[in-house]
Amino acid sequence: MILNAILITGRTINQGATIENKTSSDYQEATACCELNQKDICTLGISPGSRISVKTDHGDVVVKLKENKGNPDGIAFIPMGPWANAVVDPDTKGCGMPGFKGIPARIEPTDDKVLSMKELMARYK
Amino acid sequence: MTVITDALCPFCGCLCDDITVVVEDNKIRDVKHACKLGASKIMGHHRIKAPMMRKDKNSTFTEVSYEEAINEAAWILLNSKRPLMYGWASTVCEAHKKGIFLAEELGAIIDNTATVCHGPSTLAVHEKGLPTSTLGQIKNRADVIVFWGSNPVHAHPRHMGRYSVFAKGLFSEKGRKGRKIVVVDVRKTDTANMADEFVPIEQGTDYLVVSAMRAILSGHADVVPDTVGGVPKEQLVKIVELLKTAKFVSIFFGMGLTQSKSRYKNIDNAISLTFELNSFTKCVITPMRGHYNVTGFGQVCSWETGFATAVDFARGVPYYNPGETAANDVLIRKETDAAMIIAGDAGAHFPADSVRHLARIPVIQIDPYWNPTTEVANVVIPAAICGVEAEGTAYRMDGVSLRMRKMIEPLYPTDTEILDRITERVKELKGE
Repeated sequence: MILNAILITGRTINQGATIENKTSSDYQEATACCELNQKDICTLGISPGSRISVKTDHGDVVVKLKENKGNPDGIAFIPMGPWANAVVDPDTKGCGMPGFKGIPARIEPTDDKVLSMKELMARYK
Repeated sequence: MTVITDALCPFCGCLCDDITVVVEDNKIRDVKHACKLGASKIMGHHRIKAPMMRKDKNSTFTEVSYEEAINEAAWILLNSKRPLMYGWASTVCEAHKKGIFLAEELGAIIDNTATVCHGPSTLAVHEKGLPTSTLGQIKNRADVIVFWGSNPVHAHPRHMGRYSVFAKGLFSEKGRKGRKIVVVDVRKTDTANMADEFVPIEQGTDYLVVSAMRAILSGHADVVPDTVGGVPKEQLVKIVELLKTAKFVSIFFGMGLTQSKSRYKNIDNAISLTFELNSFTKCVITPMRGHYNVTGFGQVCSWETGFATAVDFARGVPYYNPGETAANDVLIRKETDAAMIIAGDAGAHFPADSVRHLARIPVIQIDPYWNPTTEVANVVIPAAICGVEAEGTAYRMDGVSLRMRKMIEPLYPTDTEILDRITERVKELKGE
């Protein structure tokens, strides 16, 4: 029921197509999700579309589970955006660049809701 | 109805210059030839209607005049001891010049979105230089294309058709049939699915894999272990042979290199591999730049200050040291006490700790659209969309400058006009 994975973040076509419309449900659909391969999804014991909690040393976030056949075992991918950035590593490693890839993460099913962009940002205030 | 042909797309670093736009009653009715990304941006949607302000970030905004918003923005910047001016990727070079002038006037830090994409590439270029070429050279000559940590099917959808994989040119008349495509990535992406050779590497091992390829290239395959970064030595030998015997190799790299472990050292190593391949054949390397004019800011900032990004004017002269003066450095250290975010979205694209600090300090946002930065802003100034409603200069990912055209008349002031007015007000308040 728990998956320890390495998290990476990055662009997707739907994230890019909605990037100028971040208040939309389309943007949330495109970016508030986490892609795993089928084997890792089986480890969690749930189906794509279910909600999962992604926790790292830097934060936690609830997103929707998606299947991506191209992911190797133990690699989780969240499209770049506010949901991904709730859990990435802020350390710029002396060169200005935070750690958007290669973050150890603990993933498990959850009944908690996926926060909207506004709700997510309200957590910071 | 007006049909505009050969317009430039203001989305990604490809700066596609063959877009057709149908305009009627000062509204864009149709976009042709653009990809999904470009079409969505050019068509546009609901805008921020008017300037807005609020004191308390948990309260709702009140609509105000441009004069009031600009006055408040000037006061915030002037009262700040350590202002940060961040963004600049989705605006034109003319606005960059104004922004750098204002940063110097304020003694501010000015940084652009490269800080979360190709900032490390800039550091690597300092170390090694950049053996590169225009995309036209690659279209006309390249017979081996490498995408390393880059997924153009999703991030630069027309790159492969216009400049690389499928493009037909003077010495590449066969297009895709005359080319070999190599993709190095952690995941089997949609770009990897199109490759002749997919090299799946373990996350964070890019530096090791490049080093192994350099060893093989220099005739020391014997020191390379059986697998490097999860890649069998035989495959690395095969790839190196493919590169060595090509007529023209073009390596494109993305965030897979810049954001992974080792950061700029990955690119430093990849540039060294490129140099060394030039002992055998022609080889060039090019960063896949994201926003359409993130390259332009690097150009303007370099000729204005001597540095490409993360420039600190606090000492009265430009000072540059990413790791100390980049946007996330000063936000995570809670050092900056006010921020102006323009043509970029720090709220969406910075780590939580940085956004948490933005939520605690006065923030001015200049942008056409409501986005996560708006949620933590105090002053919001809506602007025209450059490349759609405002003309200006932009730099393609290969450093070629192109003129963005205006497709429709703006209903909002341009970034350049807003920056001019803020600067004018700052000078008035300073008594200059």
